[in-house]
Amino acid sequence: MSSPYLQNPGSGVSGIMLRVLAALLPAIAAYYYFFGPAILVSLTLASATALAAEAAMLRLRGYPLRYFLSDGSALLTGWLLALSIPPLAPWWLIVVGTLFAIVIAKHLYGGLGHNLFNPAMVGFAVLMISFPSHMTHWLTPLPLVHDGLSLAQQLAYFFGESLPSGMNLDAVTMATPLDTIKTQVSLGRAVGEIRDNTPIFGALSGRGTQVIAAFYLLGGLFMLQQRVITWHIPAAFIGVFALVAGVFHGVDASRYAPPLFHLFSGGAMLGAFFIATDYVTGPTTPKGKLIFGGCVGLLEYVIRVFGGYPDGVAFAVLIMNAAVPLIDAYTQPKVFGHTK
Amino acid sequence: MLVAILVMAGLAILLGAILGFAALKFKVEGNPLIEQVGAILPQTQCGQCGYPGCAPYAEAVAKGEAEINLCIPGGNAVAKGISELMGVEFKPVGGDDADSGPKPKQVAFIDESLCIGCTACLKPCPQDAILGASKLMHTILPDYCTGCEKCVPVCPVDCITMVPIKEDIASWKWRYPVIPLQNIAAESEGQP
Amino acid sequence: MRTLSTFHGGVHPPQNKDESNRLPIAPAPLPARLIVPLRQHIGTPARPIVQPGDLVLKGQMIAQAAGPVSAALHAPTSGRVVALENHAVPHASGMPDLCVIIAADGEDRWMERQPIDYRNVDPATLGERLRDAGVVGLGGAVFPTHVKLDSGTQQKIHTLVVNGAECEPWITSDDMLMRERAGEIVEGIKIMAHMIQPEEVLIGIEDNKPEAIAAMRKACQGTNYEVVAVPTLYPTGGEKQLIKVLTGKEVPSGCRPPSIGVSCSNTGTAYTVHRALNHSEPVISRVVTMTGNVSKPQNFEVLIGTPIGEIVAQAGGAKADTRRYILGGPMMGFDLPSLEAPLVKSINCVIAVSDALFPTAPPVMPCIRCSRCAQSCPAELQPFELYWFAQSRNFEKARAYNLFDCIECGCCDYVCPSNIPLVSFFRFAKSEIFSIDRDKKAAEIARERFEFKEARIAREKQEKAAMLAKKQAQMKAAAAADPDAAAKKAAILAAVERAKARQVASDVPSGADQTTQSSEKP
Repeated sequence: MSSPYLQNPGSGVSGIMLRVLAALLPAIAAYYYFFGPAILVSLTLASATALAAEAAMLRLRGYPLRYFLSDGSALLTGWLLALSIPPLAPWWLIVVGTLFAIVIAKHLYGGLGHNLFNPAMVGFAVLMISFPSHMTHWLTPLPLVHDGLSLAQQLAYFFGESLPSGMNLDAVTMATPLDTIKTQVSLGRAVGEIRDNTPIFGALSGRGTQVIAAFYLLGGLFMLQQRVITWHIPAAFIGVFALVAGVFHGVDASRYAPPLFHLFSGGAMLGAFFIATDYVTGPTTPKGKLIFGGCVGLLEYVIRVFGGYPDGVAFAVLIMNAAVPLIDAYTQPKVFGHTK
Repeated sequence: MLVAILVMAGLAILLGAILGFAALKFKVEGNPLIEQVGAILPQTQCGQCGYPGCAPYAEAVAKGEAEINLCIPGGNAVAKGISELMGVEFKPVGGDDADSGPKPKQVAFIDESLCIGCTACLKPCPQDAILGASKLMHTILPDYCTGCEKCVPVCPVDCITMVPIKEDIASWKWRYPVIPLQNIAAESEGQP
Repeated sequence: MRTLSTFHGGVHPPQNKDESNRLPIAPAPLPARLIVPLRQHIGTPARPIVQPGDLVLKGQMIAQAAGPVSAALHAPTSGRVVALENHAVPHASGMPDLCVIIAADGEDRWMERQPIDYRNVDPATLGERLRDAGVVGLGGAVFPTHVKLDSGTQQKIHTLVVNGAECEPWITSDDMLMRERAGEIVEGIKIMAHMIQPEEVLIGIEDNKPEAIAAMRKACQGTNYEVVAVPTLYPTGGEKQLIKVLTGKEVPSGCRPPSIGVSCSNTGTAYTVHRALNHSEPVISRVVTMTGNVSKPQNFEVLIGTPIGEIVAQAGGAKADTRRYILGGPMMGFDLPSLEAPLVKSINCVIAVSDALFPTAPPVMPCIRCSRCAQSCPAELQPFELYWFAQSRNFEKARAYNLFDCIECGCCDYVCPSNIPLVSFFRFAKSEIFSIDRDKKAAEIARERFEFKEARIAREKQEKAAMLAKKQAQMKAAAAADPDAAAKKAAILAAVERAKARQVASDVPSGADQTTQSSEKP
């Protein structure tokens, strides 16, 4: 044994992961409030699948089960995936996505600490590409429907993909605010007009979803306060994202929504604080984090506004994940006693 | 169509010009590869590779005539270095997959009570690391001996032996930190 | 008020200093046997000048400095040299080393001492006195002090930094020395200032030692020395870190402080400088903190060479659940190989370790690249990258990522959520690189010697050939000069011809070929 003989009384890997999970709780509560109990079911299913897949892979790879399972990393992957996909999704969508995330994106790349790409976002991207129709049906949030689907009805759809008689999918779901803007603008209507005349929009962005986004922001601030993450990636992400949105909005306000709308819709907040800040797949130097965060923010805007997908977080993060080794190599900080 | 042809032609000319410029600008004189291989070899001049010395072996390797894993005293570290330099696949020394590290370093030792002072060992020593004259006892200069063993077979009275260099407090090295997974397994099973 | 700079990173481990700083420094009793290792400083080990059987007096030199970076050693008490042999020493390797072993006669009789007035002596002579008094840095690095204070060879020193930071947890030896002997420390600082004539003298003490700061401020009254309270943050006591904090300047990588006009010495060293010149007492004892899992943690003034087991006994003995001992602090120290190993100049602290005080680290997890290590690294390195290179034995890459700027302070280990023994990997990589470099150098020398030998053999061959040609030419010339010789030669040739003819007649043709061939050979 050699020095140092002291170990930080801090909580280790599992402590970090648990604090991230805790930071997600307020947003989950808001989710529950606006979209009903389905989110709890999908979170439970995602957790169970993630842990089972992790356990199977650890066993196959000869790692001690109990210690590695309790690190919380698989649980976090499952949660992030469940929160990224629409609240009313069939059970197999979650299972397939989670399995892909844990087995292929995480363990086949070497397991905890070795994966190049964010596992949850790999799972999301696979689902998005393979099952686009299931990934675009979003439940109409509570304030817009007087009585949402009951737990039983949600479970029925969840496990059997069947809705109550006389009800079709379009009756209970709607296009997301981002989608609505995109399609309506392409029909020649102005952003302001769309927002004023469509009931799904709230003060910032979509009703319901704007509150969830605000709670992601809150959770992110909690992680900053706990020093789980540093400010660099979220700040650069939000800064560049808002700046680009502001420039486009300034150029043509009738076609491009304002920055605040973009910040509080889709996966922007979740991405800025919880996904782009993943340690394993992100850069490590302060400068690198700024570059990474900024580029993810830029790509997120470009893909969301000009691309074919409803939102861009997953693809923006995955593209930049691939650039991380390069970013790290070129942003090595000055070492003590060296002149740059 | 015409535009496409012109673009391709223009590209070809441009890239050709760049390549031509680079060939002139970054021209490398001589064959530094032999020297680079030589710099990796331990320079014991032992001949255990089958070549008469380190320089001939380096030349053969650089020309691609010799295997990269023939240097016995250098062990896998040298073989690895050469494989990286030459861009060829690494092969462990001795051919098997066993992770044979470099052979433990040794120096020759003359048992002076047996030495008859025949001077037979002076000539094969590539380092001039044996002191001695006719009818006088010989002795090894351990600082210069590379442990090539060339003096061992020529001694008529077998008074030369190879002695491994023992690690002392000055040459001691920190070991590779051991983090056995079994221990983790055992400890985690022991946890409540 | 001086504006202080900061260095990057650092950690706040629990202090645990109160255990040992409540009691005053106590003298340790004279042991029966003293073991003085010859390797007690950085540089060349001292060369012994005594033989087994010699009688020595307290303070008598028993080994002299060997080379420019070296220092002398002295008998810690009077007695007889009983052996010059390998003995367990405090070293991370746990290997034995050459020691002078002295049996004390119990009289503790001093040699004749000749204090000098340093004000009348030139710095070079003072440096020699310090070297011959065995004065080395007592902060832990044991760099010979006279080299640091050598004003002749290096650029002008404008700042003298005296290091009283003592940032490692548990250790209080400098703290107690400053509290009790501030005046003598300041006398030592005066000598050092006399030798290098700096423009300013800064004494840096971490602000968790208010008593020491007060005592030093009081002792510095009437001088222009400035006692600076620096914020408590490990590793402020690192030489380069303290200089950064006090002066804002970074010592360049691979250089020592004099390269930026700063000299840095420990407070304990200043004390020994004073004792060495003003009292003519060489370094034969030092203050050691004996703390941790012992009944009475306390600081002791212990003779160099005292077996560490006796220091443990002085502090009331180790409690029953003591598993082992740490020498130095818990962040940078190392395991004591044996209680028989003696105290040496570099050891400022002995910690008895129990599971309760130092719980075993939890199992190691993979690196999750959280970069907490980089955020805590005072050398501003990327420890997780270095770890990656070290564990895959990619040493050249590790060197390129400035492995050798690592000061092994342990901050990265301390904050790592995956409990990876990062510093152990860095030590491993460093010593492997040292060994590779050594081998490279040896190979280079071997190649040169081989080429030289080949050139010599070629030259000798050429010379031989030239000599032979000369001889033949001479013979020819002689033959030409001698008329008889021609006739003689003709007669010989004729005889050879006859013999050949006979042989051809009797032998098979091939045999004839052979003979002709052999006769053609010179």
